[in-house]
Amino acid sequence: MNSQQPFQSVRTYIPPRSPFDPCPPIGRKFYSTPPHLFLGVQPPDLPQFSPAEALRKGTLWKVFADYYENPYRKGGKPRHG
Amino acid sequence: MWTYEKKLQYPVKVSTCNPTLAKYLMEQYGGADGELAAALRYMNQRYTIPEKVIGLLNDIATEEFSHLEMIATMIYKLTKDATPDQLREAGLAEHYVSHDSALFYSNAAGVPFTASYIQAKGDPIADLYEDIAAEEKARATYQWIIDMSDDPDLNDSLRFLREREIVHSQRFREAVEIVKDDRSQQKIF
Repeated sequence: MNSQQPFQSVRTYIPPRSPFDPCPPIGRKFYSTPPHLFLGVQPPDLPQFSPAEALRKGTLWKVFADYYENPYRKGGKPRHG
Repeated sequence: MWTYEKKLQYPVKVSTCNPTLAKYLMEQYGGADGELAAALRYMNQRYTIPEKVIGLLNDIATEEFSHLEMIATMIYKLTKDATPDQLREAGLAEHYVSHDSALFYSNAAGVPFTASYIQAKGDPIADLYEDIAAEEKARATYQWIIDMSDDPDLNDSLRFLREREIVHSQRFREAVEIVKDDRSQQKIF
């Protein structure tokens, strides 16, 4: 992980286009790269959430918290009505 | 042996009557990468894995059953007052003719659960790598369901479940490191 840049847990790519693709291009495809992919074995003494917060977030460890939002919804129409 | 606590691991609240969402959620109920498959996979693999990671498989398998219970609650709430017409509109007509509104272990496309969804190779690395892949696939499934869902309360519970998949994946990755580690071997130099 590049420590110079803030951690981004969503990556994107632009799918290849062929001249006769029937659907209009989706633009970018998104995929998730949560923080655990980059940590290796968890080092000791990492910052923790409070117990109440941890129960809500699903993890005690701040390093693993990864909020997910539909990446296609931003500025666009939801894919499901 | 287990002790049962009569509450969900995380609250399940459903704000909209939307049987279509129940259909999607069945992917995590009786699907290949669902909670039932996960629980059974780990519960079974734990007998033939190095002792240091048996406890991990046991704990995660147990938690997967509590996730299964959450998914069941979601499906139940989303379908319990739905009329046959509403179920038909949601694409659940086939489910209705077979099960009424009873829950059943099938995936979002109605395919019933099968043990061939899971594996037990007996090789610790192969099995743990399968477990890691299963957690990542379940994480992705939760993402796709959240993408399809407009129910903020339901999505809140789904985000919790997705986060648990991340933590489980992390622990399985650490289990691989434990199994790879040869500190238990006697070294003679």
